[in-house]
Amino acid sequence: MDRNSNAYTFLFVILLIAIVASALALTATSLQPAQAENVTNEKMQNILGTVGIEVARDSAQIPFDKYIVERIALDSKGQERSDVDAFSVDLKKELKKDVEEQSFPLYVADIDGAKYYIVPLRGKGLWDAIWGYVALKDDVNTIKGAVFDHKGETPGLGAEITQMWFKKSFDDEKILDSSGNFVGVDVQKGYQGGDNKADNAVDAISGATITGDGVTKMITERLQNYLPYFQNNTNVKVASN
Amino acid sequence: MDLINIFVKSIFIENMVFAYFLGMCSYLAVSKSVKTAVGLGAAVVFVLGITVPINWLLDTYLLKPGALIWLDAEYASIDLSFLSFIMFIAVIASMVQLVEMVVERFAPALYGALGIFLPLIAVNCAILGGSLFMQQKDFSGISEAATYGIGSGIGFFLAILAIAAIREKITYSNVPAPLRGLGITFIITGLMALGFMSFMGIEI
Amino acid sequence: MAENKKLTKKEDLILFLSDTDEREGLLGKKNRKLLTDPLTDNNPITVQVLGICSALAITVKLEPAIVMSLAVMAVMAFSNMIISMLRNSIPSRIRIIVQLVIVAALVILVDQVLRAYAYDVSKQLSVFVGLIITNCIVMGRLEAFALGNGVYKSFLDGIGNAAGYAFILILVAFFRELLGFGKLLGVQIIPDSWYEAGYSNNGLMLLSPMALITVGLIIWVQRSRSRTLIEQN
Repeated sequence: MDRNSNAYTFLFVILLIAIVASALALTATSLQPAQAENVTNEKMQNILGTVGIEVARDSAQIPFDKYIVERIALDSKGQERSDVDAFSVDLKKELKKDVEEQSFPLYVADIDGAKYYIVPLRGKGLWDAIWGYVALKDDVNTIKGAVFDHKGETPGLGAEITQMWFKKSFDDEKILDSSGNFVGVDVQKGYQGGDNKADNAVDAISGATITGDGVTKMITERLQNYLPYFQNNTNVKVASN
Repeated sequence: MDLINIFVKSIFIENMVFAYFLGMCSYLAVSKSVKTAVGLGAAVVFVLGITVPINWLLDTYLLKPGALIWLDAEYASIDLSFLSFIMFIAVIASMVQLVEMVVERFAPALYGALGIFLPLIAVNCAILGGSLFMQQKDFSGISEAATYGIGSGIGFFLAILAIAAIREKITYSNVPAPLRGLGITFIITGLMALGFMSFMGIEI
Repeated sequence: MAENKKLTKKEDLILFLSDTDEREGLLGKKNRKLLTDPLTDNNPITVQVLGICSALAITVKLEPAIVMSLAVMAVMAFSNMIISMLRNSIPSRIRIIVQLVIVAALVILVDQVLRAYAYDVSKQLSVFVGLIITNCIVMGRLEAFALGNGVYKSFLDGIGNAAGYAFILILVAFFRELLGFGKLLGVQIIPDSWYEAGYSNNGLMLLSPMALITVGLIIWVQRSRSRTLIEQN
């Protein structure tokens, strides 16, 4: 057959597309479960990390089921939404909606009798999205632990938010000021507070001011939506400003 | 996101060449004179301005998880995103072919000057990069995608224009022999990229 | 006797695959040249000026650079082989698009595999895996070599050029991670005593422009050593 005839060209293209498409569809569907598992396992690993349980990604499922006793999706008024599964809420999509329409996932952990509230965070860093989880002790004020991750912050600068020393600086910080008003945690440049855990501030990463501001904003913006729920469902009263 | 914000950001802050090093092959190969650089830059603006919005449409209505919902509610669970590379590159290759034919017909001089580099736009990383970043950024409308495409193109245009001008001047300088040509171009690009980093974090 | 027969069979196979009248062993002199040339005087990055694009943004650390190199090597070796197998049946008018489709399909395979089995690295590489499609080395070698040469030779050419690319990538990543973090592959290399004596990591090396400047310096060194490569203007 003539290699340059139209018929040959069409035949060739159709064959090529058929082969390529079926090969791709086959691998995509066969690898899909493993990929999805990676994503959920990482999420569980991160959630567990905030309450001080470090597990390997592949073995996150069992401790997650053991320690996370409740997962609730809230609306902006602090009411539970029964029609939404908290774990499958995608904050990336939620953040595009109006506050009234968003779902706010909340995880409750029970570790040897101690209760923790874990709130997922998402915001904007210097280049792209940053996200994380923060766990509050049952006084709904003191931070038990926090984890952060990012998509494309500058390595060595903004990307340091994933490092242990930065995450550790949030431990035992307060999100309420001394008179009980909600203020969040400020990632402060030139922080002078030393080990003071009551001043609602932590030391920023030098050279990463904008990423730090993103973390501050993300914590304040996300957490304030949970205040109504904490008001109604815990015995701690939060003065909302 | 504000259109102006996207536009300025894609030109200066997330410059294809200086922030992501995309399109370096043609950037290095066609930057020996300002005239050809302008031609290639214009072609890139044009191709990016067309392909990014087209690929946005493809992504939103065909590839994304749940994108096929407009056909029928039962397709909501279909996720074709693994096909995005191949779809994007097909759109780009055919668009480049189109641009090539138009340029050959209406601007034969430019066609001669650009020579083999026009077909190479198809494999210019900046073009595919534009579409892939578009997919990651999750724009909410076609106007945002188009703005991003044109902005990224202008960013590339500026970069190649600047380096071509510098290279024309640098022929009069006494560059160490082993560094001449490619070596010095790399280093200058690095220095320019350092300069562009000062735009970082600007929001409008 | 049996040994001899086997050998001829093998040679027959090579003859079929390489499409030439020469008989040479699997790694004969010419084939070896295909592998080693791109490492030095015909390096795809520093001499042929191909494939810089997708590479430099991921050279901050050694690990993603190595994974990226392996991904490029897999894509190049197999796309070269496939195109070489099809070289007598591809209609010449749609040659480029056929090449792009095959490369894109291979890249998707690599991307899917990485996402399933090397999740952490695939997160770091993000869009840059996709950009292998437009890596000019891949297309350049398909056009320049695979379309006119036998399957086995094309395979070697793919591996060789990918290795040349990998060499530069890993070299840049080596310097950036060592000077920027004081680590290699995440393991601290610079001893603590140096830090105590006042040494500190060079944060500048972490910024992306330093990748370009490092490549510039590598080119300088390379061209000072083999002066035939020096450009005239």
